[in-house]
Amino acid sequence: MQSALTPAGIQASRILDLWHLTLAVCCVVFAAILLACLIAMMRAPRANRATPADLSAVGHREPRVRFWVVAATGVSTFLLFGLVLADVLTDRALSRLPVDNALRIEMTGYQWWWQVRYANDGDAPGFTLANELHVPVGRPVVVSLKAADVIHTFWVPNLHGKKDMIPGRDATIEFRADKAGVYRGQCAEFCGYEHALMAFQVIADPPAQYEAWAARQRQPSIAPSDDIAVRGRDVFMSQDCARCHTVRGTEAQGTIGPDLTHVGSRQFIAAGTLSNNRGNLAGWIVDPRALKPGTVMPPTRLPPADLQALLVWMETLK
Amino acid sequence: MSEAPLTDGPHASPEVRDALAKTWSDPPGFIGMLSAVNHKTIARRFIVTTFVFFVLAGLLALAMRTQLARPDQRLIGPNLYNELFTMHGTTMMFLFAVPVMQAVAAYLVPLMIGARSIAFPRMNAYAYWVFLFGGLLLFAALAVNTAPNTGWFSYVPLAGPDYSPNKGTDIWAQMITFTELSGLLEAVVLITTIFKLRAPGMSLNRMPLFVWATLVTQFMVIFAMPAVMLCSTALILDRLVGTHFYNPAKGGDVLLWQHLFWFFGHPEVYLIFIPPLGFISSIIPTFARRPIFGYPAMVLSLIATAFLAFGLWVHHMFATNIPELGKSFFTAASLMIAIPSAIQIFCWIGTLWTGKLNLRVPLLFVLAFFFILVMGGMTGIMVASVPLDLQVHDTYFVVAHLHYVLLGGAVFPLFGAFFYWFPKFAGRLLDERLGKWQFWLFFIGFNVTFFPMHLLGLEGMPRRVWTYPHGMGWDGMNFTATIGAYMIALSVLLFIVNVVKTMRSDERAAADPWGAGTLEWSVPSPPPPHNFDAIPVVHGRDPLWEPSAQPAFVAGLAADAREVLVTSVLDAQPDHRPMFPTPSLWPFASAVATTILFIGSIYTPWAIVWASLPVAVAMIGWFWPSRGENRLAVARERRP
Repeated sequence: MQSALTPAGIQASRILDLWHLTLAVCCVVFAAILLACLIAMMRAPRANRATPADLSAVGHREPRVRFWVVAATGVSTFLLFGLVLADVLTDRALSRLPVDNALRIEMTGYQWWWQVRYANDGDAPGFTLANELHVPVGRPVVVSLKAADVIHTFWVPNLHGKKDMIPGRDATIEFRADKAGVYRGQCAEFCGYEHALMAFQVIADPPAQYEAWAARQRQPSIAPSDDIAVRGRDVFMSQDCARCHTVRGTEAQGTIGPDLTHVGSRQFIAAGTLSNNRGNLAGWIVDPRALKPGTVMPPTRLPPADLQALLVWMETLK
Repeated sequence: MSEAPLTDGPHASPEVRDALAKTWSDPPGFIGMLSAVNHKTIARRFIVTTFVFFVLAGLLALAMRTQLARPDQRLIGPNLYNELFTMHGTTMMFLFAVPVMQAVAAYLVPLMIGARSIAFPRMNAYAYWVFLFGGLLLFAALAVNTAPNTGWFSYVPLAGPDYSPNKGTDIWAQMITFTELSGLLEAVVLITTIFKLRAPGMSLNRMPLFVWATLVTQFMVIFAMPAVMLCSTALILDRLVGTHFYNPAKGGDVLLWQHLFWFFGHPEVYLIFIPPLGFISSIIPTFARRPIFGYPAMVLSLIATAFLAFGLWVHHMFATNIPELGKSFFTAASLMIAIPSAIQIFCWIGTLWTGKLNLRVPLLFVLAFFFILVMGGMTGIMVASVPLDLQVHDTYFVVAHLHYVLLGGAVFPLFGAFFYWFPKFAGRLLDERLGKWQFWLFFIGFNVTFFPMHLLGLEGMPRRVWTYPHGMGWDGMNFTATIGAYMIALSVLLFIVNVVKTMRSDERAAADPWGAGTLEWSVPSPPPPHNFDAIPVVHGRDPLWEPSAQPAFVAGLAADAREVLVTSVLDAQPDHRPMFPTPSLWPFASAVATTILFIGSIYTPWAIVWASLPVAVAMIGWFWPSRGENRLAVARERRP
């Protein structure tokens, strides 16, 4: 689920091919050098400190040793040139992935979570969510990368290598998922306190399934249907939650924290740290810093009934 | 003063020898300790200090490995963990790896080139004190809980004023100023020593390869270290004075930091790696009982490595958005640097192949180099490739790679060097049996620790994470790595035990216990304060192996004054004989004043203004000529 050795897209498999080639060349050279060392050690006679130093080479050439050193250097240089060529060709192929008709997403790194904005797709409007990326299998994806505070790095090893998100600079990464599945990504550039707990999911679905998901995401949140959910929504609006979070379709329009319009549909909360279930969500709301020390989210003490209502409402936000 | 001046020479009386020893000794007592300028005294302190930092940084690493032994562990929280890896990297790079190589060179180079002293002995002492105070500052910060926590590379904006408001980063940046000042001064000292103080006859093409390696390295120091002083100073200005060098909102650039830092940071790897190439080129001939094969190729390889090292810093930045073509250039340059290293490895194998082997502990450490460094070189070829680096950059693969290169390329040969030259450092031979235990524990422990990290990186584990979730497939390899880390710790402990045990024994080493061929083995172990009773004349590359030729010595330098022989740069022809400075408290006082300036400037920019006064006073004291010395010098002048 987070490995460069099991690629699920064309970019990652191109890199893996280059990896196999480089590994093979390096192993052969490594073995040859060790073997030469070993033979040298086995064949050389033993000596001690009193053995007179052999000065026969002083002022003379040693043509045999010289031949082998020159030959070994020549072979190494030749192999290195081959590897440079393979590197450059792979690099070109990576940067020339056809991206007509690509799905365009903008991702912004925050300390320590990810904001995901889908651009308009044809006539369909864009939408925003957090810490989760859904992509259709077989369609190229162009992610433009931004950083809100410090440098972060976008990295989903099963799909592609990394790309830095640097404040004040624009970058994009292009990839294509060729196999359906869930792939984990993680911030790779040290970004402070909770660098370790800054992950996200890429969910590659068959195109029809993806379209259905995207259509749901474009909708505003579902209006609460029963009393307890209504109460939960009111708790959300009356506490500090709405100051930082947006829930489209309500008056909560905060932009400091993740968009929670469809939080109930996500697999994880707290940037890939906790699986999304009622217990974890409750713990996260009451005391987030116990679960993810250093997080910006403040603790919120709620009476048990209010907390229950809030959780019920949030679970309906599918 | 005296009517017939006391002069040295090959057949000098014991009286002359005593006078020489007395002249070149450091004064006794506590004040004498602070005034010492003898290169062996200073270098010994320097080596011990860097070794203490090595052990401290190793303990920090052990704490990190303990935290990472199991998933979701909470022994160490994120803040402390970030401090630990920052301190580990910073200490190993700035307080151990680069300075220890300079320290060993400051001890050995004068002995290898037949000199009585290092050039600028007071500056050498000053460089040590500055280094010591810089290192103490960093660890004092850890002790009072304001250690830096933004990594040894301190990338902005994370290390900038907005995201690291505490003093830790300021202390980090000023520690850079301390250590780089010390490093630059040592470079000047060593280059001058090598160029001007070689024994007559030791032309450049007869210099031992370790001296060549030192020379090349110190030139790299002079070109690389200003870049990091520049970028850390700009960081301090951003943090303390409100400049915007790195603030994109005000027209600064975040990538500027990375370019400047790695323009230093990559050559730094070679500052650490080239001196050990010199250790190896000293150890292999002695234990293969023949001169090195391919001396000219070795020298040219060292120089080529030094040049190429400045052309590959961008391979630390492949994941940024710099243009493709530029990246391909840096891939090619990074692969090219493998060629000079390969040439040296092939020449060493050629030397071993045609030699007769005396398999002792120093040689074991060198043979480990062949395994570990070559593997690190292979992974280096991988991280030099843009596509592969995009996957493995900032993962445990790179952690594995850099430890294979730095431990295999520097620490293993360094331990070999400690075993080899210990008689010269301390007059005794280290215990061979304990040495073998240490070697095997270190070798196995090292591979157990770092080999699994290659796989961890490929399996997606990023660097600099204080914890990781269960179920990623990383648990077993992390646990293995932690076991290996404890094995390494045990092996270092064995080394310390070995040193303590040896220092307590009465058994003294002979002048030349290995049957080696270079000049340092012609003097007693440990060498007397003046190193050589008479300055040797050199007729070949391995003077102790080659049949003696005449003249064997020069005579006539003062025995009762610090007179040295200066020779020409290329052919080491005798040139003139200046007087060298005597022990003095002023370098220490200047270092204290400098420390006040540097630390003060963390808190207020006015410290630069006011604290420069004591620095000026101390340095005036330092350079004030003494009447006695003047008189001595005038008395020795001979007019044509």
